[in-house]
Amino acid sequence: MPEQLVFAAEVFLNGLMAGVLYALVALGFVLIYKASGIFNYAQGVMALFAALTLVGVMEGQVPFSHVINATFGTEIHDFGWQVPALLAILLTMVVMVGLAWLVNTIIFRHLVNQEPIILFMATIGLAYFLEGFGDIMWGADIKKLDVGLPQGINAAIDEATYQIFDYGFFIDNLDIVATVVAAALVFTLIIFAQYTKQGRAMRAVADDHQAALSVGISLNFIWVMVWSLAGFVALVAGIVWGTKSGVQFSLSLIALKALPVLMLGGFTSIPGAIVGGLIIGVGEKLFEFAIGPMVGGATEIWFAYVLALIFLVFRPQGLFGEKIIERV
Amino acid sequence: MNDMSTDGYTTEDGRKIGGVVMEMKNITLRFGGVTAIEDISFDIREGEIRAIIGPNGAGKSSMLNVISGFYNPQEGEVWYHGSKRPPMKPYQVAQQGIARTFQNIALFEGMSVLDNVMTGRIRQMNAGLFAQAIWKGKAEAEEVENREFVEKIIDFLEIQAIRKTPVGRLPYGLKKRVELARALAAEPSILLLDEPMAGMNVEEKEDMSRFVLDVNDEFGTTIVLIEHDMGVVMDLSDRVVVMDYGKKIGDGSPDEVRNNQAVIDAYLGVAHD
Repeated sequence: MPEQLVFAAEVFLNGLMAGVLYALVALGFVLIYKASGIFNYAQGVMALFAALTLVGVMEGQVPFSHVINATFGTEIHDFGWQVPALLAILLTMVVMVGLAWLVNTIIFRHLVNQEPIILFMATIGLAYFLEGFGDIMWGADIKKLDVGLPQGINAAIDEATYQIFDYGFFIDNLDIVATVVAAALVFTLIIFAQYTKQGRAMRAVADDHQAALSVGISLNFIWVMVWSLAGFVALVAGIVWGTKSGVQFSLSLIALKALPVLMLGGFTSIPGAIVGGLIIGVGEKLFEFAIGPMVGGATEIWFAYVLALIFLVFRPQGLFGEKIIERV
Repeated sequence: MNDMSTDGYTTEDGRKIGGVVMEMKNITLRFGGVTAIEDISFDIREGEIRAIIGPNGAGKSSMLNVISGFYNPQEGEVWYHGSKRPPMKPYQVAQQGIARTFQNIALFEGMSVLDNVMTGRIRQMNAGLFAQAIWKGKAEAEEVENREFVEKIIDFLEIQAIRKTPVGRLPYGLKKRVELARALAAEPSILLLDEPMAGMNVEEKEDMSRFVLDVNDEFGTTIVLIEHDMGVVMDLSDRVVVMDYGKKIGDGSPDEVRNNQAVIDAYLGVAHD
């Protein structure tokens, strides 16, 4: 096998893994968009906030310690205990559900039937608020997140590929874990939406508010549920990305990578988010590999957006999105 | 016939009508300065087909919206199964067993007919999320049981052929029927139909009339319906409330209402001199 092809295969695999991570973020967008028609710009910040909270809880950090110390002249920073990862994840989930309830009660309940652009603006406001709130609550320094996910080169794959190609592939264990987690998450979400009473109610609310009310579905309950689900997806994305690159502000920017993923896959499709993520992941890695050296590299920064632009021209609803046809 | 006693009456075709299920007492509903409903009282009895008629803008749909909780009246009381109902959200009213259809059809267009009708069963499904997640025992039995009931309704309304079709693709008349199926799936103690025959051709109207009668006959469902078509109303209903400009101008059997001078004036117009 020619050397170039072997490299390309490795790049392809790594692209797939990166794509899974993009898909993980895009999923959160799709969930809220499907159920409430809100494009949640704050999804990335929610992932950051979830990761910050998780680190804070695990390390027994006192929330708002900066504010408390500045106000009362005290010197408290942490409780002095460590919370095991699993328990900390559960506690963080409780916080995310609380956040979902607050977001719905304070903001979106009052914006029912508003124009999409107004809802979008509200989520931008939410994003900035949450970013600052997370900083005040847990501090703005870069944190290390370690919930015990395996990291580093996968020796088995390295060994196996070395046997075959005389060249060991570098595949990160964390990426493999992320793939498994994402697959499980998507499977669960699809089962939930298709086969449970709450899932059916969620689809009903997404489709028609009046009709949903008339069969006895509480809109508020469904919205809180959907925001909680998005919070859960944000937590998963926050854990994986936080483990990979540390918990820091730039984590919230992964939301911007989710945009082209959504344009490719369609805003309303869960499988679309996955396929879109994979295409973008593989596409940008292969493009960088093949074309990058000719144009001086750094194509990964813009490739996804150009691809999304091309899609907008030729297939605006995305690969799996619903095509809207108005009857005249 | 219009007394408040708990014992009912027998219709011309021999159906037994029971006691009062719901009573509207002096309902007044305003939108800003506009009074949509003014001091209206009437009752609904178990097992009857009760019609609300009136010219455009008479406040019929508003009345239905008061019953189903979409509007809360400024004055007056709604009594349901012998107790006064506090102000409620529409979903709470639905959970109490009052199902409805809409004048402009409110269906879940992206979902199949079967899924649409299944949403009507939400009230009957109690298994918790975790029970459903594990998908065993109670949740599974519940799903099967509800599915059976839904299939029965689908058969009854003769929409088996389109069970798996997304509702968005169906023609108007069939959509109306699916909406009726969803309301029926809830096993309502009162079924509210907002202009079930509006926009239908003669054949579809006949079909729908037959279904309304069959539903009442087969399931003993109490039905409150609003309709423009006088002929349909007179044929279907046991008792009729007539509204005009937000006021009640008549109440009684179709024959009584037909010969009521105020009703004739409202429908045909009257010379003002």
